[in-house]
Amino acid sequence: MSASRVTIVERIMDANDQVAELNRRRLDEAGVFGINLMASPGAGKTSTILKTIQMLQPDIKIGVVEGDTAPVTIDADKVLAAGMPAVQINTGGDCHLDAPMLDQGLSQLPLNELDLMIVENVGNLICPAAFKLGTHANVLIASIPEGDDKPYKYPNIYRGLDVLIINKIDLLPYIDFRMDYFRQGVEALNPGLITFEVSAKTGEGFEAWTQWLRGKVKKA
Amino acid sequence: MHELSITENILEIATRNGARAGASRITDITLVIGDLSSIVDDSVQFYWDMISQGTLAEGARLHFRRVPARVHCQSCAHEFELAGQLNPCPECGSLSLDILSGDEFYVDSIEIEKKE
Repeated sequence: MSASRVTIVERIMDANDQVAELNRRRLDEAGVFGINLMASPGAGKTSTILKTIQMLQPDIKIGVVEGDTAPVTIDADKVLAAGMPAVQINTGGDCHLDAPMLDQGLSQLPLNELDLMIVENVGNLICPAAFKLGTHANVLIASIPEGDDKPYKYPNIYRGLDVLIINKIDLLPYIDFRMDYFRQGVEALNPGLITFEVSAKTGEGFEAWTQWLRGKVKKA
Repeated sequence: MHELSITENILEIATRNGARAGASRITDITLVIGDLSSIVDDSVQFYWDMISQGTLAEGARLHFRRVPARVHCQSCAHEFELAGQLNPCPECGSLSLDILSGDEFYVDSIEIEKKE
């Protein structure tokens, strides 16, 4: 019997990240721009998606992958009702979507008919930040009622973002939300981050957000 | 709470490398985890005790080597540690910061036994 030490130095997320690479390749081959939409519960992910679909219809075809912790189809049903393909991925209680789950979701979407694929991640500001999916852009929806301290309390999710949407700005007159303080924290974590201030209720700011998306979507 | 899938990855990495090195048993596993990764050591240990049974790594001790989240202030060059939250530089109050460490998340090494 002999004992010895074996040096490994292997990233624990490697297996996930390799599948994320494959997801990216699949999206690229189909000419689909993919976004990973993250937020805390109640920030307005589904209403933002529905409003986005409404603004981009009919010239841009959008597919949605809904991540939920339990087999409820409320969100997916709303997207289907808006006339776009949606698939529901039940994470079985897990707090986030990972790359193999998105792989399953992509298999159920008619990718070749799509221009844009939106993943609605599980409502959570911690875990989704750790799992790459293979999408082209990480987008976070922060909402005014959540408070202006969120970048300071959940720094990791802000660091990996490509776009920030600040939703429910119609509530600013009623809530103590210091936009300067909030955006200062964001700037510290992610300098120059592309940011849209919107209201999914009134539609304010959606012109700028959907223009950004139009610029990213490669029309075949 | 994604420690179960994390722990499964750790088991896979350890047993694959252990088998390749000809191990008859893996006795220790050293993990390097930055303080910015939201992982709870006790939770990993809990799942580990369940899922490592019947594998090459059954009963292996997990060692968590924690790496603090160190940041460098761009304004005054002061270096300090973040305790989970984003805080301004304690010296000058600036929020222009570079994060130097704390994102580490890997299996560093394993200790194995071999039958000669």
